[in-house]
Amino acid sequence: MEVKPVSGVPITLNELRLWYGETPVLRGINAQMPARKVTAVVGPSGCGKSSMLRCINRMAELTPGARVAGSVLIGKRCAYARGVDVTEVRRRVGLIAQRPTPLPMSIFDNVAYGPRIHGIRDKEQLHSIVERALTSAGLWHEVRDRLWASPHTLSIGQQQRLCLARGLAVEPDVLLFDEPTASLDPVSALRVEQEILALKRRYTCVIVTHNLQQALRIADYAIFMHKGEIAEQGPAEQVLRSPTHAYTQAYIDGSGI
Amino acid sequence: MIGRRAVDRVFRMGAMLVTASVFGGLLSVVAWTAAKGLGTVTWCMLTQTPAWSYYLGGGGGIANAIVGSACLAAGATLIALAVGVPCALYLGTYARGSRLAELVRASLETLWGVPSIVVGAFGFALMVWLGLKPSLLVGMGTVALLELPVIVRSIDEVMRTVPSELEEASLALGATRAETATRVIARQCMPGAVTGTLLAFGRGIGDAAAVMLTAGFTDAVPRSLTDPVATLPLLVLYQLGSPVDQVRQRAYGACLVLTLIVAATSLASRLVWLRLARHVAR
Repeated sequence: MEVKPVSGVPITLNELRLWYGETPVLRGINAQMPARKVTAVVGPSGCGKSSMLRCINRMAELTPGARVAGSVLIGKRCAYARGVDVTEVRRRVGLIAQRPTPLPMSIFDNVAYGPRIHGIRDKEQLHSIVERALTSAGLWHEVRDRLWASPHTLSIGQQQRLCLARGLAVEPDVLLFDEPTASLDPVSALRVEQEILALKRRYTCVIVTHNLQQALRIADYAIFMHKGEIAEQGPAEQVLRSPTHAYTQAYIDGSGI
Repeated sequence: MIGRRAVDRVFRMGAMLVTASVFGGLLSVVAWTAAKGLGTVTWCMLTQTPAWSYYLGGGGGIANAIVGSACLAAGATLIALAVGVPCALYLGTYARGSRLAELVRASLETLWGVPSIVVGAFGFALMVWLGLKPSLLVGMGTVALLELPVIVRSIDEVMRTVPSELEEASLALGATRAETATRVIARQCMPGAVTGTLLAFGRGIGDAAAVMLTAGFTDAVPRSLTDPVATLPLLVLYQLGSPVDQVRQRAYGACLVLTLIVAATSLASRLVWLRLARHVAR
């Protein structure tokens, strides 16, 4: 089986601002998310973590009244540059949501959905893409005998890995995870964490999480956000174990690491 | 505290009794129709048109009404779908949450509640005004009006239950809005839409009042849209009013045929639903 060539690219946010109507949600974010590393984004609820993630693959603008300013560089190209194809940005930047959302089709078709959208019709090619994606998501051996079954026959943890496989099948450069384990039991969550660790060899991963233990387990870098701004960023160990900013300090003390 | 368990038990018994009587009532209608009608249903009756002496107890059958009803209800359902689907899509997408949408929904619910004789009278008035004669086409149009609210509201309702996460999941993979609508949202809505459509078909085929003044009646199988057409509910009505005992008996046969068509439609809708709903999130 061929393995996707190493292609993860860094993400650079420059003065990224987001408003929902008149309400500012992101107030000028400057951040670096290095290639082929896991960057954890932590912070209290409502601080703009998920909104920032949704700006990176241009999902934020789907909310009525949303307005984005600043730039998001994926590799060298700005996702908001004039003439950029939004669907291409979203293909290159996968987003795995908090709750698994299988599409109303079989397990196979769920994974093949993206490649089909992007024009792949050849059956053998689709099959090899599906197998590769499911293998990368650590699900192949559990579903190989029931590819045509409903995704709703899978456990929630398996469904989440199916959504991961679906995102991998379109060959992205970047994977965004929005609290991917929040609705999973500890065993399934650990499983997803392991997949993320395996995936960072090939992709740039950004994960929003409330779980600081999890951030410490899997992240290389960490960004701490507070009220739409970045309070602190740097190597995960440093930000999460010995923060310099008062907000970070208070948040981490409160969560009792 | 002893009282709570007793109340619970009484409540459960009561609910069970009511459910049993509802089910028993429905079953007895079907059983009664079958008992009265089964003796008169023959192969000839299903495949032949009435002979000249049919309404006096002579030979022939009711193929004119079976074919007529099937054509009329199918045509009406197609018209209702052609108008109803775009309307439901508009309500569920562009007009989502707007005042206009609420107004349209309220009107559709009112139209749903309007007695079919009123719809029939409206269709008749319109027909006279347009200078048309009672025919398959006018009947279809009138029955379509009867079916429209069922179709629009069922599709509208099922579209409202599509989780927004599903749409986002598709868009996040780089799909366009159109691809998302046709490949994901439509698939998610299909079981509900099919059920609604067959429900509408059932309403259309069983209605006598709407077609009485608009579709006419004839002993021949319709050959064109402008021909008058016989329908099963009207056939039942006319035969029941006959002084000839044998003809009255045949009315129950026609009842049975109509009941079986409706039952087959619901069964088909159930099967289609099961097939289409396999992968749909519930």
